[in-house]
Amino acid sequence: MSTTTEARPGERREQAELARKCFYYMALMREVEDRIERKLYRQGKIVGGVYVGRGQEAISVGSALVAEEGDVLCPSHRDMGAFLIRGVPAWRILAQYMGRVDGLTRGRDGNMHMGDLKLNIIAIISALAATVPVAAGAALALRYQGKKNVALSYFGEGSTSLGHWHEGLNFASVQKLPVVFLCNNNQYAYSTPAEAQMACANVADRGPAYNMPAEIVDGNDALAVYEATRRAAAHARGGNGPYLLECKTFRMTGHSAHDAAHYVPQHLWDEWGKQDPIERLEARMLAEEWSAAEEIEAERARVRREVDEAVERAERSPLPDASTLLEGVYENQ
Amino acid sequence: MPTTYLEAIREGLWEEMERDPGVFLLGEDIGVYGGAFKVTAGFYEHFGEKRVVDTPISEAAIVGAAIGASLMGLRPVAEMQFADFITCAFDQIVNFAAKCRYRWGAAVPIVVRAPSGGGVHGGPFHSQNPEMWFVRTPGLKVVAPATAYDAKGLMKAAIRDNDPVIFFEHKGLYRRIKENLPEGDYAVPIGKARIAREGRDLSIVTYGAMVWTALEAAERLAEEGASVEVVDLRTLLPLDRETICASVRKTSKVLLLHEDTRTGGMAGELAASITESVFEDLDGPIVRVTAPDTPVPYSPPLEEAFLPNAAKVIEKARWLWKY
Ligand SMILES: Cc1ncc(C[n+]2csc(CCOP(=O)(O)OP(=O)(O)O)c2C)c(N)n1
Ligand SMILES: [Mg+2]
Repeated sequence: MSTTTEARPGERREQAELARKCFYYMALMREVEDRIERKLYRQGKIVGGVYVGRGQEAISVGSALVAEEGDVLCPSHRDMGAFLIRGVPAWRILAQYMGRVDGLTRGRDGNMHMGDLKLNIIAIISALAATVPVAAGAALALRYQGKKNVALSYFGEGSTSLGHWHEGLNFASVQKLPVVFLCNNNQYAYSTPAEAQMACANVADRGPAYNMPAEIVDGNDALAVYEATRRAAAHARGGNGPYLLECKTFRMTGHSAHDAAHYVPQHLWDEWGKQDPIERLEARMLAEEWSAAEEIEAERARVRREVDEAVERAERSPLPDASTLLEGVYENQ
Repeated sequence: MPTTYLEAIREGLWEEMERDPGVFLLGEDIGVYGGAFKVTAGFYEHFGEKRVVDTPISEAAIVGAAIGASLMGLRPVAEMQFADFITCAFDQIVNFAAKCRYRWGAAVPIVVRAPSGGGVHGGPFHSQNPEMWFVRTPGLKVVAPATAYDAKGLMKAAIRDNDPVIFFEHKGLYRRIKENLPEGDYAVPIGKARIAREGRDLSIVTYGAMVWTALEAAERLAEEGASVEVVDLRTLLPLDRETICASVRKTSKVLLLHEDTRTGGMAGELAASITESVFEDLDGPIVRVTAPDTPVPYSPPLEEAFLPNAAKVIEKARWLWKY
């Protein structure tokens, strides 16, 4: 995939910088999720449903790095990178998974079901695609308020089977709203392969039905995701209406931590195992001489240290007191 | 060999599919995968893809298609992966299915299976008890079995029923509850409550997983000398007012218990029915034990505080008993 292109001097530095950022956030996301799924969950420190985005890190990372201040993010359940990039510290994400008071929902909800309006992140609900029309509404408000901002709406390919999804896309298109719809097509929805989910080959094939530009992106190439999102966001920011990006990827894990995913044929694990987005970016960084091997190793070590500290800090966060159960159903209560 | 609550549901489905070729299943991940909770594991292999339909993630289409197929004479059983997602099919259920018969005399013999309930650390969207959205919809029937026996018998009755039935199966009971089931075919009539434990001093009226909480409380209160009767509603709509009122007439005191939240919960309807019919027989106020009016929280200490349990029931029941 790596193509060395002629570049002006500044551009090369910018590319290297961007690649290093993508690498850092993808490595951080991977490390946090590995601790969650392979350690804390197995130790019983996280209970309930655990979903991770292993193998899909390039999508939330590459796209959220495009977001400008004031843009609204609506990440889905495998998009931890978006939170990290927006400045949610790893320890608070870990506290969220562990149901501690320092989680973004203070123990009210778990995993990626969280948001923070100060950071312009809208929390999903479990019901898939419900956030899609909400993202359209956020975009409507941005335009209404005269802002040059966009909303990024994330979902999986399975979520495109819901009526909410179609209503959201149609609404956004009819109203020409500044939304970038970002599909992670990881080819499975729980146990259901994409071909049992939809009769068209690509989610992007649906764009024309809404008169919406749609593109297929290599979802395991963070820089490609970044580039495509940048183009799509510029289109939306320019008042040209919404844009649909379908990032092809693979879910390198079960649906959730309890699911061994025996329904996934071995050859898919093998093929996609070779497309790991972090390893691919690393190879590119070395090939382009954006970073030296030692620098990349040092970065990995930094990430491990950061996550060690984050886990410790999250574990020090207390569980919520039962006496707070009734608080916060309404304002001032 | 004792049969679990989950296996009882399986058996009910399986035997009805063997009996009636018009019975078929549709839902997400129910075929090859066998369902999120493995209720339908092995069905796809045995009955084939015609009768075990893996669908896209489209709850409205799942229920809508079930309605359409039922209008053409089939007997669909639709699975919601979690009861919480039944909201996506709400219009199809409360406006389409529920109103067909009354409007134009068309029967909609569908069953919608809804795995519900908390205590599984599922958080706000994998723990709810949304029965009351449907209990207040004329035209539907709503069942919520507590035992393996009733789970199987009500499943059969639901499939054979000519009206739409919402079948709430409590996730916390799936593998926790087991009993020996009778050989051969049986159905449990929809609309009939059951006395789960006989008593003289006080009635606890409840349903679903809370039946076991009530029985645990009754057992412990017996040690203190209180004779507690437990009424298991089994069906929430239509309600078996006769059995409820007979129990209250006998004990003169009643505690209403449900895992669902308080306002607009089943207890309100029960309390109104009891005061309408047997007010003169009451020797104390009607007492409610329910979850509070909040979403179901995720973190274990919050969820524990949220859910009714035997200790909470015992405290209120003891007070009422001594009243
Ligand atoms: C309306 C609704 N139905 C069912 C579910 C249960 N469920 C949770 S995630 C999931 C699969 C989602 O697939 P996809 O949209 O492709 O996202 P992915 O998990 O693959 O990233 C399902 C069926 C749900 N959350 N919401
Ligand atoms: Mg998917």
